[in-house]
Amino acid sequence: MHVKIKVKVNGMEHVHEVEPRLLLSHFLRDTLRLTGTHIGCDTSGCGACTVHVNGKAVKSCTLLAVQADGCEVLTIEGLSTNGTLHPLQEGFHQEHGLQCGYCTPGMIMTAADLLKNSPKPTEEEIRHALEGNICRCTGYHNIVKSIQYAAERM
Amino acid sequence: MSATTSYIGKSVKRVEDKRFITGKGKYTDDIILAGMVHGAFVRSPHANAKIKKIDISKAKAMPGVIAIFTGADVAAINGVPCGWQVNFKNGDTMKEPKHPLLVADRTKHVGDPVAFIIAESREEAKDAIEMVSVDYEKLSCVTNPAEAVKPGAPLVHDDVPNNICFDWELGNPKSEVEEALSKASHVTTLDFVNQRLVPNAMEPRSYIGSYDETSDKYTLYTSTQNPHLIRLLMCAFVLGIPEHKVRVVGPDVGGGFGSKIYHYTEEALVTWCSKEIGRPIKWTSERAESFLLDAHGRDHVTKAEMGFDKDGKILALRVKTFANLGAYLSTFSTCVPTYLHGTLLQGLYTTPKINVDVTGVFTHTNAVDAYRGAGRPEATYILERLLDLSALEMNVDPTELRFKNFIPPFDGVKQPGYQTQVALQYDSGNYHGVLEKGLEILDYKNFRKQQKESAKNGKLLGVGFSTYIEACGIAPSAVVGSLGARAGLYEVGQVRVQPTGKVSVFTGSHSHGQGHETTFAQVVADKLGIPMEDVDIIHGDSDTVAFGMGTYGSRSLAVGGSAIVKSIEKIVEKGKKIAAHKLEASEQDIEFVDGKFTIKGTSKSLNFAEIALTAYVPHVYPADLEPGLDFSSFYDPKNFTYPFGCHIAVVEIDRETGKVDLKRFIAVDDVGNVINPMIVEGQIHGGVAQGMGQALLEGVEYDEDGQISNGSYMDYCMPRADDFPMFETASQVTPCPHNPLGVKGAGEAGCIGSTPAVVNAVIDALWSSGKKVKDIRMPLTPERVWKAMN
Ligand code: FES
Ligand code: FES
Repeated sequence: MHVKIKVKVNGMEHVHEVEPRLLLSHFLRDTLRLTGTHIGCDTSGCGACTVHVNGKAVKSCTLLAVQADGCEVLTIEGLSTNGTLHPLQEGFHQEHGLQCGYCTPGMIMTAADLLKNSPKPTEEEIRHALEGNICRCTGYHNIVKSIQYAAERM
Repeated sequence: MSATTSYIGKSVKRVEDKRFITGKGKYTDDIILAGMVHGAFVRSPHANAKIKKIDISKAKAMPGVIAIFTGADVAAINGVPCGWQVNFKNGDTMKEPKHPLLVADRTKHVGDPVAFIIAESREEAKDAIEMVSVDYEKLSCVTNPAEAVKPGAPLVHDDVPNNICFDWELGNPKSEVEEALSKASHVTTLDFVNQRLVPNAMEPRSYIGSYDETSDKYTLYTSTQNPHLIRLLMCAFVLGIPEHKVRVVGPDVGGGFGSKIYHYTEEALVTWCSKEIGRPIKWTSERAESFLLDAHGRDHVTKAEMGFDKDGKILALRVKTFANLGAYLSTFSTCVPTYLHGTLLQGLYTTPKINVDVTGVFTHTNAVDAYRGAGRPEATYILERLLDLSALEMNVDPTELRFKNFIPPFDGVKQPGYQTQVALQYDSGNYHGVLEKGLEILDYKNFRKQQKESAKNGKLLGVGFSTYIEACGIAPSAVVGSLGARAGLYEVGQVRVQPTGKVSVFTGSHSHGQGHETTFAQVVADKLGIPMEDVDIIHGDSDTVAFGMGTYGSRSLAVGGSAIVKSIEKIVEKGKKIAAHKLEASEQDIEFVDGKFTIKGTSKSLNFAEIALTAYVPHVYPADLEPGLDFSSFYDPKNFTYPFGCHIAVVEIDRETGKVDLKRFIAVDDVGNVINPMIVEGQIHGGVAQGMGQALLEGVEYDEDGQISNGSYMDYCMPRADDFPMFETASQVTPCPHNPLGVKGAGEAGCIGSTPAVVNAVIDALWSSGKKVKDIRMPLTPERVWKAMN
């Protein structure tokens, strides 16, 4: 049995028939071929799959695609506008906030949500906000600096 | 060569970032091939069990299922090999049982694959797993290496007595060490476990095998650190297919830390099966499978003793280690507890007598292999814990104790390298320097005052030191060959100058976060006097890159970078011939500076692009010279490189809960010359976080049934952003005297130095409150620390 869903992703309307058990993360990656959203675990513990659903950061592996029916989804691919990098993307580049890049889209999407709600976060607030996102490469030091970089410019 | 450098030594922002920050990275699981199908494994739920019967008929009838392979189907195929032979003390070859692609008769650890299901979709393949019925007879198992060698312990392989893979020894004769220890005025003894860790690269392993009938050619996409090595092992040792008929591609790879060096059974299986079924097959590990099956790290059970004379000079060191190898030998598993561990036990000290004895042991657990640092963190942990603990026991200052025992500075040029008691010869070092710098940043005197004062206020502050050395730039082929390596460890670098003077560089190194596309381009651009934008670094594809040994052991720049420099030298040499001919001068009179070939002392010159064009349009050209400007080089290092440094941790312990708070972390590292300080610092940060993770948070636990009891991110405590302060890093530069860039390598340093520093800090805090605790088992969880305090 397939279910018809309508989801707006990065500003574009998509209508698809999906299996009810399909996760939003797989829908984005496999159906829409938006592979910037990564999958790093099966227990919703790593944050690599973080996207925005109706403006809030959500781990897309915790949601079924059918639950996103009628929602607006923003992924890393939709973050820059007209070829201009989002200040967070710029920040991660300037402050060397990434190494292998696997956690990066999730980190950036989480940070974007943080900065929306708390435009000038303290170091502690930043570290706390990143609790649900694991990075094995950077030791987080430069990720914190990347987010501070963006906060200063937004 | 270029006289001025405009890129080397600068924190140039990474060129590879663009694709990663916009979601355009291409990892293996992102790739979809036409007609591709999906694989899933039936895995043993038992550590040690006989397979009495396996029935796949129901699963085969499931929707979407294309084929199912079992152990019987692959029985004729070789197992995956081990790349390093370690011999028993009596000269016998190590025990090397077959590691089959699928198990037919007896499983040897939880997760051992029993059947491989291929279906149209990932979900259909997974749905069929439960429909395979396997009749197991569960047998008893053993997971601890010190237990596994005892008489009567369950055997992992029936033909390996006492589960011993090898026993091995290095250094001075035992009798001499014994004698020195007996004369010591103080001996510090430490019995401890260096616990098992899961590497946890954030990208799970992923493989796609495909076969093209018309060309009789296979392609394997794999999240690996070394595509050529995988091709070699898979073709020559496992599948017996000719190498020129196999292309191995390692696209963007989301971290490795060692766990993606090895040739895994799944790689060979998807490749072999793709021909059997005539369609490309993808298999991507789930995180639960990563916990079970990505080669683990560490897992040593060790007893170490260090003897001092009455002045605090180290007289001798004795180490006995039982190293857990798991159920099967992973690619480099045997060299980790031996040649990457025993050889590092000189540390930074002049210890005159050292003996290390290692027993490599099979257990009913997942394979253990190199994990960031590989053997060197284990050695450093022994030494640095012993140093700080001895200082406490002898009531002397731990930094004074180190200064007293450091090997004096030597540059490896005017002063010779330092010959250790454990086979290695250090290249260059200034060990006093890094500790002095670290103490300055810490403001040591003040810290001790502060520690006393805060004790009055009920706070528990502690400081821990670790002055480490590692052997990197792996490795001189003849040396490692004589020690049992079954491969050479050189690297390949090809520099292809295009007719317009733009440059494509092909390297056998593989970047999975290290930033080679930036650092290698910095080197090439400076050496050729051209802008970085004119240089492209290409890696990770066996069809484009001639050959390569890949990235691990902090070897990329020291070995891979040196291979590139060698090719650049050949280009400049040929360029001089072309320039001499065109400028009607003698070759000796041509110099190459800042991208120009100039007649010395004149202003007559040709720039790099003009020479390149001439090489490809050879109208006015030396008669005896081939056209073209494209050179490839193999660089085999003359020695290992030896980065070193000083790590200092400051912790505060909550008396109520035992929770350890890392207040400060200072890392002073000497990794030789630095091409890109930003990238080196990033490597140090990441390494320190992993090392601290081992000290305070991480550790995989096997229960008595051989089950992993914390195999998910819910249970295995990964370091997270709020576990750390900002790190305080500083550097010192002692160039490597034996490679052209003077570099030593920075990938593992952070992970090697940090673990003992953090543990030492906790022990120091406890002693400062009168609790004379020798050891707390890692990870130092609040519960364990609380128990030690109460
Ligand atoms: S993949 Fe969603 S949290 Fe890990
Ligand atoms: S950059 Fe590799 S996991 Fe974060």
